[in-house]
Amino acid sequence: MIDFIRQPWPWYFSGFMIVLIMLMLIFWGKSFGFSSNLRTICSMTGAGKKVKFFDFNWKAQQWNLLFLLGSIIGGWISAQFLSNPNDLQLSASTVADLNGLGIHFNGALNPDELFSLSALSNPKTWLLLLSGGILVGFGSRYAGGCTSGHAISGLSNLQLPSLVAVIGFFIGGLLMTWLILPIIL
Amino acid sequence: MKSIKYILAGILFGIVMIKSEAVSWFRIYEMFRFQSFQMYGIIGTAVVLGAISVFLIKKMKWKDASHLPIVFKDKERPYTKYLIGGTIFGLGWALTGACPGPMFVNLGYGYLTMAIVIIGALLGTYLYGLIKDKLPH
Repeated sequence: MIDFIRQPWPWYFSGFMIVLIMLMLIFWGKSFGFSSNLRTICSMTGAGKKVKFFDFNWKAQQWNLLFLLGSIIGGWISAQFLSNPNDLQLSASTVADLNGLGIHFNGALNPDELFSLSALSNPKTWLLLLSGGILVGFGSRYAGGCTSGHAISGLSNLQLPSLVAVIGFFIGGLLMTWLILPIIL
Repeated sequence: MKSIKYILAGILFGIVMIKSEAVSWFRIYEMFRFQSFQMYGIIGTAVVLGAISVFLIKKMKWKDASHLPIVFKDKERPYTKYLIGGTIFGLGWALTGACPGPMFVNLGYGYLTMAIVIIGALLGTYLYGLIKDKLPH
């Protein structure tokens, strides 16, 4: 059993589990949308006094903050007990393309060039990680949701605005991957 | 104590994100290069099963745990904000390989540098709130 869990899960099982989580939240009278937590955290820290957008009853969103806390614990549990003993199976063409960008495939989830502690000695790493985060935070609030809110919850409810948002996710993602990353990495 | 179920759901979410490898920068890069089906399979399965579930919930008028009707809110128009906001989000997603959920899952997994991405995401959210009224929606 534990050996089975330690394997990477097939895409159809992963997709099924994501829907299960969405349905659990729906059954509890909530909805699956992670990025609204970022707004809630801003409100908690008193941003509502200065900016109207953050002046709302954030306490009603406490359940989602607990979900966020759980997701951190889930990551930790995975690392301690469920991590895959084998290398990530990345397609050979991706590995080759990344070599061209100076990113070495290390078999782990994330590249050392961007996410290892030693990469922080390069100020460029800070700049890339911080600006990437700003784009995600700004964009998800502008679009009114992220992958969970639009691509999963919104598309499941056949929302055209969510489809437009997901098309936007891909326009931005393709621009970054094909045009911008080769310049900035 | 009833709030503990949200923590448990979050734990499950974290494990699913790791085991599906959807938290991997490499996987996101691979997806945007169209070099693997994995991520499309995950999102596709979720959307198809999700759409069937939502359809059934509406059709059968299922109630939630507190016996209240389950309502799905329609997203408001127009589309400008979804396209512009979505594109900005996509730029960040492909750069950091992480959307908001996976940022925190990665942090828990031990990628402490994700804290910088999270701080960025909070700054970006704050910035949006600050200049929201000046932006086209």
